[in-house]
Amino acid sequence: MDQITLRVARYRPDDEETEPVLVDYDVPLRPDWAVLDGLNYIKDELDGTLSYRWSCRMGICGSCGMMVDGEPKLTCATFLVDLAPGPVRIEPLANFPVIRDLIVDLTDFMHKLSSVKPWLIRQDEQPVEDGEYLQTPAQLDEFKQFSMCINCMLCYAACPVYGLDGSFVGPAAIALAHRYDLDSRDEGDRQRLTILAQPDGVWDCTFVGECSTACPKGVDPAGAIQQAKLAAAQEAMKSLLLPWRSR
Amino acid sequence: MTSPRRVTPEPFVWLMFSAGGVVAALILPVLLVLFGVAIPLGWVEAPDHAHLLAVLRHPLTRLALFGVCALALVHAAHRLRFTVEHTFRLGRYDPAIATVTYGAAAAGAAAAAYLLLTAFG
Repeated sequence: MDQITLRVARYRPDDEETEPVLVDYDVPLRPDWAVLDGLNYIKDELDGTLSYRWSCRMGICGSCGMMVDGEPKLTCATFLVDLAPGPVRIEPLANFPVIRDLIVDLTDFMHKLSSVKPWLIRQDEQPVEDGEYLQTPAQLDEFKQFSMCINCMLCYAACPVYGLDGSFVGPAAIALAHRYDLDSRDEGDRQRLTILAQPDGVWDCTFVGECSTACPKGVDPAGAIQQAKLAAAQEAMKSLLLPWRSR
Repeated sequence: MTSPRRVTPEPFVWLMFSAGGVVAALILPVLLVLFGVAIPLGWVEAPDHAHLLAVLRHPLTRLALFGVCALALVHAAHRLRFTVEHTFRLGRYDPAIATVTYGAAAAGAAAAAYLLLTAFG
């Protein structure tokens, strides 16, 4: 059977390894194998100490994002035959601290995600007996594409601004904030705007657009950020021209 | 991100940057092609000198031309600010870089205003 070499970044600080090193592993090149299948082959057959995250292997859970030949990719959706003859370089997601091998530290992203309150906010909850909050197909279409985000963080690995300035709230968090701002059932846009309109919010973005290119789910975070910028700029103009208006 | 809300000039700079992008992409090229290429090469008939001067002396024309110049300069300054900061990793010097780039744009806008007010009598 054909083989392909996976050049995998290994980093084991517990073993007093101070620098990541690339280690070559030869795995079978099968037409139905994704990069993740190759990594699982290494783990099962060649070196059980390799550490990486994965779960659903079908592009839903967002766990298996890594740098494949320098590009942020879901390894379950990137096929080895498309990368032949190799070698294929596999590294942890760029712009994040590495814990071990291909596992990055999610703490910063999780903090940012919750800071933009990506959930439905209501001033007054209507009682259960009043039924569901109804929504028209047009109202659903307003935000649907932004709701496809699986928090895989490929957009953070692709974003040069986040790479330079870790305080930037970042593409996925802003896209998700925007998703709830656009939801007809939500009333929390003021609360979110307070966070997004900060210098570390939307204003850090210089509209490079790599986030939207990297997104494996067809979300357009760059577009969301531009729309959020416009909303924040309109609010700022209103505050300037109508300073007596209560926020 | 948990810090209290800070007042930032970014929204106003960004609005001018956006307006400058529209001006630089849509209006400047038309003016340049019209007065720099088409009229000198005789593709379109040159307007009467007295008529053009009268148009230029109109306050609304001066205001519009000032807007074109000033907004395009702010657009350039904004781009230059982030290009310099990100390319050379100088984000920590943002206050100084912003002062220089927007300051240069303001100086350019002032020069444009001076020319527009004095050059056509």
